[in-house]
Amino acid sequence: MKLIRTLMAAATALAVTAFVAPTFAADDPGPAAYAQALKGKRVMLVPLAMGFDLAQGWAHYLKKEVEAWGGTFETRDPNWVVDAGAQAITDAISSDTRPDVLIIHAPDLNSYSKLMKKAQAAGTYVILVDNPANFPADAFVGSDWDRLGQLEAEAAIKGCGENSSKKIGLVQGDQANSSSLYQYAGIMKVLDKHPDFKVVAKPDSNWDATTSRNVTTTMLQQNPDICSIIDFWDGDATGASAAIRDAKLDGKVFLVTTGGGEKAADCDKLNDGTYGAVVMTDLARQSGDMNAIIKFLLQSGQPAGTSHTYIYTLEKATTKADLKPDSCWDLKALQAEAAAK
Amino acid sequence: MAGWLNFRSLNQEGIVFAIAVVLFVAAAIGLPGFIDPNNLVAIVRSVSVLGILALGMAVVIIGRGIDLSAVAIMAMSVAWYLQLLNTGTPDGLAFAYVLAGVLAIGLLNGFLVAYADVPAIFVTLATGSFVFGYVRSQLITQDAVPVPQGHWVELLGGLRFLDVPIEVFVFAGLAFLFFLFLRYTKWGRYIYFAGDNPVAARNIGIPVRPMLVLRYVLSAFVALIAGLLTAASLHSINTRVVNSTLLYDIVLVAVIGGIGLSGGRGGVRNVLVGAALIGILLNAMTIIDIPLLYQNLIKAAILLGAIIVDGIINPRDEQTAQQGDI
Repeated sequence: MKLIRTLMAAATALAVTAFVAPTFAADDPGPAAYAQALKGKRVMLVPLAMGFDLAQGWAHYLKKEVEAWGGTFETRDPNWVVDAGAQAITDAISSDTRPDVLIIHAPDLNSYSKLMKKAQAAGTYVILVDNPANFPADAFVGSDWDRLGQLEAEAAIKGCGENSSKKIGLVQGDQANSSSLYQYAGIMKVLDKHPDFKVVAKPDSNWDATTSRNVTTTMLQQNPDICSIIDFWDGDATGASAAIRDAKLDGKVFLVTTGGGEKAADCDKLNDGTYGAVVMTDLARQSGDMNAIIKFLLQSGQPAGTSHTYIYTLEKATTKADLKPDSCWDLKALQAEAAAK
Repeated sequence: MAGWLNFRSLNQEGIVFAIAVVLFVAAAIGLPGFIDPNNLVAIVRSVSVLGILALGMAVVIIGRGIDLSAVAIMAMSVAWYLQLLNTGTPDGLAFAYVLAGVLAIGLLNGFLVAYADVPAIFVTLATGSFVFGYVRSQLITQDAVPVPQGHWVELLGGLRFLDVPIEVFVFAGLAFLFFLFLRYTKWGRYIYFAGDNPVAARNIGIPVRPMLVLRYVLSAFVALIAGLLTAASLHSINTRVVNSTLLYDIVLVAVIGGIGLSGGRGGVRNVLVGAALIGILLNAMTIIDIPLLYQNLIKAAILLGAIIVDGIINPRDEQTAQQGDI
């Protein structure tokens, strides 16, 4: 009996191995197709500048992934100069090593439109990141700035409270960058629904911290009872916070801003009360989205310029109360990791 | 006839001063809160760093030069200093490095202009780019470098006397020192001679070349002070300011106040008048809540107007026609 059972078991095992194993091992076409479509492909990131948290974070996550599937990852640093960015894109398109995917962080709605069209005509997929532009890119990955503005306004209203002066001040970026224009539109949408809240001033900082400080000083001087200020970027909100500090209004003015969710730039400042709320971009997830769409486009077989996808990053207004250890990513840690290699 | 003579004697400084006074009175009457002492302090403060940089620029321009590296030196020296502190370099050593670096760039500027005879505009454009590029790529990792918590630069930013921020006093003090230097010291007076006619100045035995070097060193040092004050107030320095219009604003403050680009004319008073106009203008426009685009347009229109009026009532003379501006 025992022998028969053993024999039967052995036979079954044999049959299973003989029948199933080859199917699993040899017939999954995924890895081979994946490798064939991606290997040796070039990805280039052209941000507004390489010197700030968002760009450095994107570059870190993209490089890791692209190099893992055997591609080449490069960045160009226009250092906030629009012309230099245009030059970098032009050179990239016409070089022998034309990138297969170009990731562009557009400075405004129109500057790079023609160049992006040229890139697509040459067969390069164009992915817009963070800042939308008047151009049908293969994909847009980034914030829905209108929604982001709405979140900021909601945070400001909550930060003010019902028994406050209900006066809100805005420190806009400029009047050309889409992130600034759409953010403003989103804020006003929410404030229209709360007619008791009023915007008392809306100067521009031109993304400069000193200017932000000066205009905020004047704003607080004119309206000392402002209950909340929304500054359109954490890169210059240090100026608005300096003005609040100088006016001795710490804790009385609820400062709302938005940023890339970097620890020193956002979480530390939420923690010490400099910012009341920050609408933070989940940078690792946003970079993951870019990685996914890169992999998709390269395998799709679809010619560049024929698909238009919008992948908006999930945004959330974070306050000190809902800070968690993993709310932010740490640029210093990423740099240390890169240096250790 | 007397009125006509008065009109003729108005120079650019007078015109700009008059515009500033008119604007001030109009804003005081029309804008609520403008005349408030705190707002007046805010106006002076908002142009303090600009004014300090313009003082350095003024001395260089009076000597018939220009320093286009000022903003790069201001931002990059302080960024490097803060980076050194953040990576654990002792404060004294870090400051010594940075001071040495700043003086070296000033000396290099001066040497190339004075002894290698390269036009100042090219020398300082190049050294400015070099300073930015080198520090940004080799010495710091980020556009924005924070001031370490509790460091004296941070405490400096919170310093107040009689509720007036420290940079106002630094601006006033430096303005007074520059005034004394230009008006009462031998080398200060020589700057006017050298700026007005370098060859003649040299012929009568003025050490034109060493003085030139000194002016660029002075300008670099003043830029470092301006940078420290900026970092003190914002608790960080953002090197992006090098790409901003700050450099043009500095030249503007000096020139609009009446310091001729052809050299040999002007003084501290001109810088103060220019800074006052810019400060009042920006503050009033912010109170009225004029969008930035229109602010730039209005600023440009007023400045252009002042230059045109100056051109009409002070026609260019034989000397400027021959030598040209820088």
